[in-house]
Amino acid sequence: MIAPTHQEVAALELSLSVAWRSVLFSLPPAILIAWVLTRRRFVGRTLLDAVVHLPLVLPPVAVGYVLLLLFGTRGPIGGWLDRAFGIVLIFTRNGAALATAVMSFPLMVRAIRISLENVDRGLEDAARTLGAGRLDRLMSVTLPLMLPGLLAGAITAFSAALGEFGAVITFVSNIPGETQTLPLALYSALQEPGGEHAAARLAIMSVALGLGGLLLSEWFARRVRSMLGR
Amino acid sequence: MSLKVSLQKRLGTFVLDVEFDAPTPGIVALFGPSGCGKSTIINIIAGLLPPDRGRISLDDDVLLDTGRQVAIATERRGIGYVFQDARLFPHLDVDSNLSYAQRRARRAPYVTLERVLALLDLEPLLSRRVHQLSGGERQRVAIGRALLSQPRLLLLDEPLAALDRDRREEVLPYLENLRDQLSIPMIYVSHQFDEVLRLATHIVLMQSGTAAAEGGITQMSLDPKLRALIGPDAVGSVIDGTVIGEDATSGLTRVQVGNGEIKVEAARLVAGTRMRVQLLARDVIVSTRLPQHLSVRNSLQGVVTAIDDDGTGKSVGGSDLVSIDVGAGASILARVTRAATRELELSVGTPAWALVKAVSLRGHSFPVPSSPSADPPPERRGAT
Repeated sequence: MIAPTHQEVAALELSLSVAWRSVLFSLPPAILIAWVLTRRRFVGRTLLDAVVHLPLVLPPVAVGYVLLLLFGTRGPIGGWLDRAFGIVLIFTRNGAALATAVMSFPLMVRAIRISLENVDRGLEDAARTLGAGRLDRLMSVTLPLMLPGLLAGAITAFSAALGEFGAVITFVSNIPGETQTLPLALYSALQEPGGEHAAARLAIMSVALGLGGLLLSEWFARRVRSMLGR
Repeated sequence: MSLKVSLQKRLGTFVLDVEFDAPTPGIVALFGPSGCGKSTIINIIAGLLPPDRGRISLDDDVLLDTGRQVAIATERRGIGYVFQDARLFPHLDVDSNLSYAQRRARRAPYVTLERVLALLDLEPLLSRRVHQLSGGERQRVAIGRALLSQPRLLLLDEPLAALDRDRREEVLPYLENLRDQLSIPMIYVSHQFDEVLRLATHIVLMQSGTAAAEGGITQMSLDPKLRALIGPDAVGSVIDGTVIGEDATSGLTRVQVGNGEIKVEAARLVAGTRMRVQLLARDVIVSTRLPQHLSVRNSLQGVVTAIDDDGTGKSVGGSDLVSIDVGAGASILARVTRAATRELELSVGTPAWALVKAVSLRGHSFPVPSSPSADPPPERRGAT
């Protein structure tokens, strides 16, 4: 009764696999968007800001549906990916990663933006007077100083990715071993008669995973802060 | 050789319109009250702020000329900058902060890491993290870091302003050391006259966005605009004298000033060392006869060249600031009451003696420019 079944372990593994892919996909564009929103003043900045935040306010199912339209094999982007590279996102774990990445993107951008706003531009000026060019400054000063925010953003996004339900089930469906992540497996267990024990085990796994993520993020943040002497 | 600066910049309602020409090497002090545009000037010189119009040239190199569309980027300008708040990189330790600059130096090295460590006494700090440093230590590291980028000009923006009195006294000797040991031109922004007095070779007096006056410190100490800025108690002439030797009977240091000599309490200095002496106007007594039977150690003979209203209104009936030429281009300022001016019948051309107690002299050693001496330990600066 306590030991998880093979399928439940697979759901756990899949969740982790989807979550880290999702973070990996979204980190570079999140840094770029956060940088543009913080440091650049341009027409349409407010609109970009709103679009980035859209997944926070839309029903996840709607996001999944939009992804289906865009990235489905007949969608404009999905069709092109299939023809050009043979990449199919729909009904695959990469698709699940894309759906969770889109959903957690606003959280990630927010965390990175806050850390970028806290970077003392005076330190970048100091680096300039010491001979550091633009890219050099970014790599040697700005990004290292953003590290606490980058880590916090990544861990928050990772935890959110573990729990994403609506967008995933809409975009990639609920296929055991391929797209059935923990929350989807939990949902399926609740749909079946006598699935209470399975549901409980999956819920406990989710709690442990979430709690572990939060503690890890706190520990990281503390370490980095003490390194920076804050 | 010289640093020529001519800049115009409008920032809201503030207008900066400044022009000066300072000799190099040496320390040029940009001196003036807060908000007069000093930091704006050095930010433009560093390239961190674009001027509306301007030209900056150091010796034969043009760093900026808006007329000819020349504006070298900050990172290629080769100008070191020591910020008021040090701006050390918090994610790096002291050693890495220094090597950050060293690795990115674009000019042939003229000062080695060993030299910088020795000049600023940084060796014991190398493995520390930035947040483990005191304010004074931070500034020393910041100065060292700026030097290791091998700059052709070093800008210092009130580097001691964030420090308390003791910490300032701790860092000042290091700055004197740099001036005396390295031939790098520096611009030192300050609103503290005592710092300027100890460090500067040339003063640019800033007032609401313009250079109100500029010149050597001896000449500037007599300038009414500077007097107005530093307040009546700090008014006094600054004279660069030469150490003659030790007075056998009193143990004081004899310093040649103008055609005469004065005796100063100072650590033993080699004869020939240049020594900067400040004689505060309030400490100088004027006599029209050769003084006798007095305990005063120093009397300098000269001629009254000017009597100005002191404008302080401190004493009843007002007071005058009497300038006495003591020869060799040196002048002494003395504050006397208006009544005394009348009684002594002082007027331009009157022969007079300026008397000052040895203890009221403030001396600061300056090296003889032709032969920089070996490392002067910090204690070697003059005493009061």
